[in-house]
Amino acid sequence: MKELKLMKGNEAIAEAAIRCGVDGYFGYPITPQSEILEHLMLEEPYKKTGMVVLQAESEIASINMVYAGAACGKKVMTTSSSPGISLMQEGLSYIAGAELPCLVVNVVRGGPGLGTIQPSQSDYFQTTKGGGHGDYRLITLAPASVQEMYDFVELGFDLAFKYRNPVMILSDGAIGQVMEKLEVEDYKPRWTDEYIKKSFPWATTGKNPGEDHAIITSLELDSSKQEQVNIRIQKKYKECEANEVRYEMIDCEDAEYIFVAYGTSARICQKAIQLGREKGIKIGLLRPISLWPFPNKILEEMAGKVKGMLSVEMSAGQMVEDILLATKHKTKVDHFGRLGGIIPTPQEVLNALETKIIGG
Amino acid sequence: MKKEDIIKPENLVYRRTPVLTDNVMHYCPGCGHGTAHRIVAEVIEEMGIQEKTIGIAPVGCSVLAYNYFDVDMQEAAHGRAPALATAVKRLKPDFFVFSYQGDGDLAAIGTGETIHACNRGENITMIFINNGIYGMTGGQMAPTTLEAMKTSTSPYGRELSMMGNPLKITELLAQLPGTCYVTRQAVHTPALVRRCKRAIRQAFENQKENKGVSFVEIVSNCNSGWKMTPVAANKWLEENMLPYYPLGDIKVSK
Repeated sequence: MKELKLMKGNEAIAEAAIRCGVDGYFGYPITPQSEILEHLMLEEPYKKTGMVVLQAESEIASINMVYAGAACGKKVMTTSSSPGISLMQEGLSYIAGAELPCLVVNVVRGGPGLGTIQPSQSDYFQTTKGGGHGDYRLITLAPASVQEMYDFVELGFDLAFKYRNPVMILSDGAIGQVMEKLEVEDYKPRWTDEYIKKSFPWATTGKNPGEDHAIITSLELDSSKQEQVNIRIQKKYKECEANEVRYEMIDCEDAEYIFVAYGTSARICQKAIQLGREKGIKIGLLRPISLWPFPNKILEEMAGKVKGMLSVEMSAGQMVEDILLATKHKTKVDHFGRLGGIIPTPQEVLNALETKIIGG
Repeated sequence: MKKEDIIKPENLVYRRTPVLTDNVMHYCPGCGHGTAHRIVAEVIEEMGIQEKTIGIAPVGCSVLAYNYFDVDMQEAAHGRAPALATAVKRLKPDFFVFSYQGDGDLAAIGTGETIHACNRGENITMIFINNGIYGMTGGQMAPTTLEAMKTSTSPYGRELSMMGNPLKITELLAQLPGTCYVTRQAVHTPALVRRCKRAIRQAFENQKENKGVSFVEIVSNCNSGWKMTPVAANKWLEENMLPYYPLGDIKVSK
């Protein structure tokens, strides 16, 4: 049964975690996402579903707790904001290297450094290109509403376990803080230990008599074997690219110009499209939902049909590099962004399209 | 007498515990790690908890401990073993969980995780091998390196005013209410091995009663890193390490 609620994006993440049967949350407070840990502590899910909630001593400890929980075959997650996510990069690399499933949420704030606590989208490179050391990828989902914050928790775990790879929900301070109506689902029971033992023979669930013990590690000192590990991981990423591209198209049927934007920027663009169409400019929106794997194919296809594309990001221009690669110079592509925690107005976005693409 | 007459169960005086795998250990001859591994494994065998134990290996000389303990094992990033052990125990409270770390791992890069796991009173067993040096990376100065001790990064000896003091982290952890049993042991003589094994047994038994962290430091040698023969290293350990890191129980909660 579905139930309607009014919640902040951050609270929706916490609520989804409890309701979709997450086993453990390990986190450390940081603005603008502390409501996630606060909501979890307030709801006391350890009494309702048996979910473990622990405030760790640092983001470094949090992500390593996630590593261990995932290594036990449990559904575990952490959340943070940009500076905290930077601290987690070592752990994420180990999780990707040991091929463990987990969910990490980044409610992005402006940087670099301590930067600002206001919303930003300047962690796109860090998220979609790996972030830590070594050849690996994070499956990246970009919510543009409170409902998607909720929905992507379960989707994120599905993808994480399907590919045994960390999944990142790349949100921002605006989506985290805004309150919207959302539909929540009934509480699902957590996986039983028997189910985990049967389903995930790789996990450390206790050695079975007569069988090999389970080892979770990202270490392989023999280079020829380590290369095979890398090849196997890359093969998995190819499957991801083939199967897990997600995007949304709005008003694209008759569009002559396209905004490409995700998260909060995509919401701003929807209003900018309205303003543009009132002036007779036919604009559409292509909203990547999976930032990695990136919707290359549809972008290339659209590039052959439209007069130009504007990448709208709250960054100095990060996703625009992927758009340029995808569109192979088949159409004009430029970038517009505000920095340091400033959200652009719809009018600013429309003006940028007019000057950089239409008149440029 | 024929060989067959000798190989009989009643003549058996020693066998390797099945909680150690058949893998050949990479440790240097004379190193204490092999002995420490054996007695941890024997305790797991004697308690009958092989199928209910999850171990956490560190980064350092014992990074490959997961190849030697025949229980489910996780390999941690450098210093993070107590964070891993915390999560495993919280998510699987009916399991026995132990971490196994060296001095650089536990008392330098992982100090935060060590102190906070102990302060939260996680119901785990922590094994800490202190040989006063970074062995794996080739003999650099560790937080526990003694004053004037020569290492590859203190080639003229540890100068306290410049390099800081050898850290007695075990005494520090004993101050925290979350630790229930804190002890310092050694394994370079047969008598000390037997005493150390009793301490490790106690440290595992405590998990049955949810008492908090049981912490066993083992003062060990590093004949390769110290550039000594195994016999000379053990003598040096007794004459130099033990006066600064005295053996015995530091904290025993009722």
